[in-house]
Amino acid sequence: MSTTDAFVGHAPDPYRIGRSRDWVSTGGGRGFAHATGHGEGGPASKRVIVGYGFWIFLLSDIVMFSAFFAAHAVLQTATAGGPSGRDLFNWWSIAIQTGCLLASSFTCGLSAVATEARSQIWTQVGLLVTGLLGLAFLVLEGRDFAGMVMQGAGPQRSAFLSSLFAVVGLHGLHVTAGLLWLGTMMAQVFVKGFRADIMRRLVCFNLFWHALDIIWVALFTVVYLIGEGR
Amino acid sequence: MSHEVDRRDPGDVGPGFMDAAEVTIREGIARYVIGFVLASALTVASFYVLYTSLIWGPGIPVALVVLAIAQIGVHLVFFLHITTAPDNTNNVLALAFGVLIVALVIVGSLWIMDNLNDRLMPLDQMLQMQR
Amino acid sequence: MFGKLTWDAIPWSQPIPLVAGAVVILAVLAVLAWVVIKGYLPYLWREWITSVDHKRIGVMYVLLGALMLLRGFIDAIMMRSQQAVAFHAAGYLPPEHYDQIFSAHGTIMILFGAMPFMIGLMNFAVPLQLGVRDVAFPTLNSTSFWLTATGALLVNLSLVIGEFARTGWLVYPPLSELAYSPSVGVDYYLWALLISGVGTLMTGINFVTTILKIRAPGMSYLRMTIFCWTALAANLLIVAAFPILTATLGMLALDRYLGFHFFTNEAGGNMMMFINLIWVWGHPEVYILVLPAFGIFSEVISTFSSKPLFNYRSMVAATLFICLVSYLVWLHHFFTMGAGADVNTFFGISTSIIAVGTGVKVYNWMFTMYGGRIRFTTPMLWSIGFLVTFTIGGMTGVLLAVPPADFLLHNSLFLVAHFHNVIIGGVVFAAFAGLTYWFPKAFGFRLHEGWGKAAFWLSLLGFYVVFVPLYIAGLLGMTRRLQHYDVAAWRPWVLIAGIGILIMMAAAACQVAQLVVSIRQRNELRDETGDPWDGRSLEWATPSPPPAFNFAVLPNVQGAEPYWEIKQRAIETQEMPAEPHYEPIEMPTNSPTGFITAFFSTITGFALIWHIWWLVALGIIAAYAVFVWFAWRDVVEYSIPAEEVARIDRARRQARAQWLAQHARAGVPA
Repeated sequence: MSTTDAFVGHAPDPYRIGRSRDWVSTGGGRGFAHATGHGEGGPASKRVIVGYGFWIFLLSDIVMFSAFFAAHAVLQTATAGGPSGRDLFNWWSIAIQTGCLLASSFTCGLSAVATEARSQIWTQVGLLVTGLLGLAFLVLEGRDFAGMVMQGAGPQRSAFLSSLFAVVGLHGLHVTAGLLWLGTMMAQVFVKGFRADIMRRLVCFNLFWHALDIIWVALFTVVYLIGEGR
Repeated sequence: MSHEVDRRDPGDVGPGFMDAAEVTIREGIARYVIGFVLASALTVASFYVLYTSLIWGPGIPVALVVLAIAQIGVHLVFFLHITTAPDNTNNVLALAFGVLIVALVIVGSLWIMDNLNDRLMPLDQMLQMQR
Repeated sequence: MFGKLTWDAIPWSQPIPLVAGAVVILAVLAVLAWVVIKGYLPYLWREWITSVDHKRIGVMYVLLGALMLLRGFIDAIMMRSQQAVAFHAAGYLPPEHYDQIFSAHGTIMILFGAMPFMIGLMNFAVPLQLGVRDVAFPTLNSTSFWLTATGALLVNLSLVIGEFARTGWLVYPPLSELAYSPSVGVDYYLWALLISGVGTLMTGINFVTTILKIRAPGMSYLRMTIFCWTALAANLLIVAAFPILTATLGMLALDRYLGFHFFTNEAGGNMMMFINLIWVWGHPEVYILVLPAFGIFSEVISTFSSKPLFNYRSMVAATLFICLVSYLVWLHHFFTMGAGADVNTFFGISTSIIAVGTGVKVYNWMFTMYGGRIRFTTPMLWSIGFLVTFTIGGMTGVLLAVPPADFLLHNSLFLVAHFHNVIIGGVVFAAFAGLTYWFPKAFGFRLHEGWGKAAFWLSLLGFYVVFVPLYIAGLLGMTRRLQHYDVAAWRPWVLIAGIGILIMMAAAACQVAQLVVSIRQRNELRDETGDPWDGRSLEWATPSPPPAFNFAVLPNVQGAEPYWEIKQRAIETQEMPAEPHYEPIEMPTNSPTGFITAFFSTITGFALIWHIWWLVALGIIAAYAVFVWFAWRDVVEYSIPAEEVARIDRARRQARAQWLAQHARAGVPA
């Protein structure tokens, strides 16, 4: 940033309210090194940009889920004479799925610590365990779905079942995409090492995987636990 | 340039990064362990609330929602490292925006659809009209 | 092997789409042949198709938008002419065809005409105004554009292969369900919007990140231009609303493809939920269109009044207010569809309140003009036309916001006139204002003023001659989307509207003439310095067109109108600012990722529409392969050496120094 003067000295608190007026009066805007998000230091670093952009994407994804949640909430009683949640939910399977996904979030976090420590072997181990737990989640969920379809309680049976399959299935699709991404990341870390852009992608993957667990918490609460009560 | 180590901005941090405090490996692992334990406890509590009569019947959905929100909070703090520190301001604001939109969509849709449902002619009356 | 696709998909027995399709295909082939024979293909591939430069992508978006506005306008001509002749008569368009025309008209105009135009102008101007080199995610930007182009292609393909939806532009169920729309029309709509919706969402993410995290040193939030603020608000709305469109159309697709029951008549489906959710998207969508339009007018009015924008902070507040409240009004699109008085009242009041934000803006624009030294250039004329026209449209909107009034006027031509009033007066006028304003920056020469003014006056006149009669017909009870009608009282108004469309055709011809004449006379219209309008914001500090890196050295922003300050200081001291120290600049490399992703998306979309399942699988696998291949790149940036940067910047400084020598005091450049 060759336009910055070396403004040394007592910088005012960058987060004080009304600072922009003060800033002008103290001859400010000299391009501080702090990128506080207020633009003083110029463009933010790549890790901030990538992380923040991905965060916004995740929020948009959560808004998309909220539309499916809203649909499910409206259609929860539209069973059209067919089975309701109480008749269908396999509690052990749901509990194990929840446990698997939560544990996979945990191991994903551990792999992030390993990445910060630049340990190739522990990163790969952490990612692999995360992937296996995610796969277990998907297998159990797939079996549940197949079972329901066999019973004649597939998504074509009623609007309630349509919305159930859609919202849970959408989450499952995200997990599937996440596993494909995970596999790609494991390969990239192995081949290219802890290059800066690979690290940024790993952080994005972490955000994604944790967000999937957050959505699952909302999902199993609203769809399964509250739905069970109807 | 993407091959070099990324510059860190002293006043700004992306979500998910553990820069907030300079964490050692042990501290990093500890955060995730605590988060995992808390989240597991809250999950077990949710199932427990549903299956026992610990909470008065009609209050069960409320209790479940509260537990879910708490668990989401645990995820955000311990797994996603969202804090209230000034360098996290943009991340918190973005999250608040997302939560607001989700709330508007769900509450708004439920209110409207419920209202429409209430005002919908009962099925037997509708069938009578068709005779 | 080819799913539902057979030779019967081509409309052999329908002369109008057959001939229209043939003409378009011939035109496209002719252009392609000319490009290839002249040897422009490598240049196009290298400089435009694989470009990740926001300026190039912006130009391509605007080009797409302009072409689609033309296509949608042809649909409009057909509708007006059909109604003009179809009194106690069948007209020349059979109902099945007429239904497709009004559905295509709405879809194309909003989603492939106005949206790309606004997004294109934001793409071009926002990074320049922020004083930075590019957006946050340049390759994602390219992908967004090409996915939008995919959607446009699919919709236009329905003209020649198959048909388009006959349901109106929002495909309400149960009409849009498989039982009542068994043909591919609704599927064309669904996949075109689902695919381009992903592109638009990515644009939203890109720009929110850019505006919040990538600004020149010293540019705090309250030193950004108002166009950047409105771009931020619009892109926040994109991030908040487009996922809902994806979800809702996804649910309809699940109903049609997998037999789900979200919105069907039977098995418990709830059609009103579609209407609820689609308008949760639909209302923010129109604000996504109009907020950048407001931003453009703020820039234009301030520049051509030679005054800073009046009350900048209240403009920012009004923008954010509109952004927030736009998410609280969506039910006003279906007041008549069964909600109770309490619900209707809430949304009626919120709709009336949102007008306050726009009112603040209108007053600020007027106060900006007051006491200024106004230059009535083409962009300024469009802005003044907007002020009058949009205010009228807004007032009819507030009228419709009153539920009892809406019970009479819902789905009448009054409603149609209202939304065209605000969209044409707001978005289309802004598109042309922005186009004329930033054209010299993009291409290095101005557009011809005479033809531009002619286009403006004819557009203004044509608009009123078309839509005032439609307001009246609506008040007299004429419903929208009528293929023929029998009420004599409506006839004169429909005929006058038919004349109005001829005036608008003349306006469109003037726009085309403006472009052709300007290109021919580009040397006389050359923008030598890069600042043809005596501008106030940072994009006018660059040469026209700007180099790939925009600014040789990122500007150090010390106040709200940084370029104006620099310019005034130079004029007063009669000295250029000191030559900066030049360093090498790293820019992102071009990438075919966007184009290839869109290519496979087109194939996948087409295959989904026609139920060619093996091709769907192939398309998805190919898309994933592209993703992995792109992720595997090692070289993502190239370096521009300091000497090259210096050479380009010194040329810029020389042009400015020449201008300075010719102008001893502040004034408009020649």
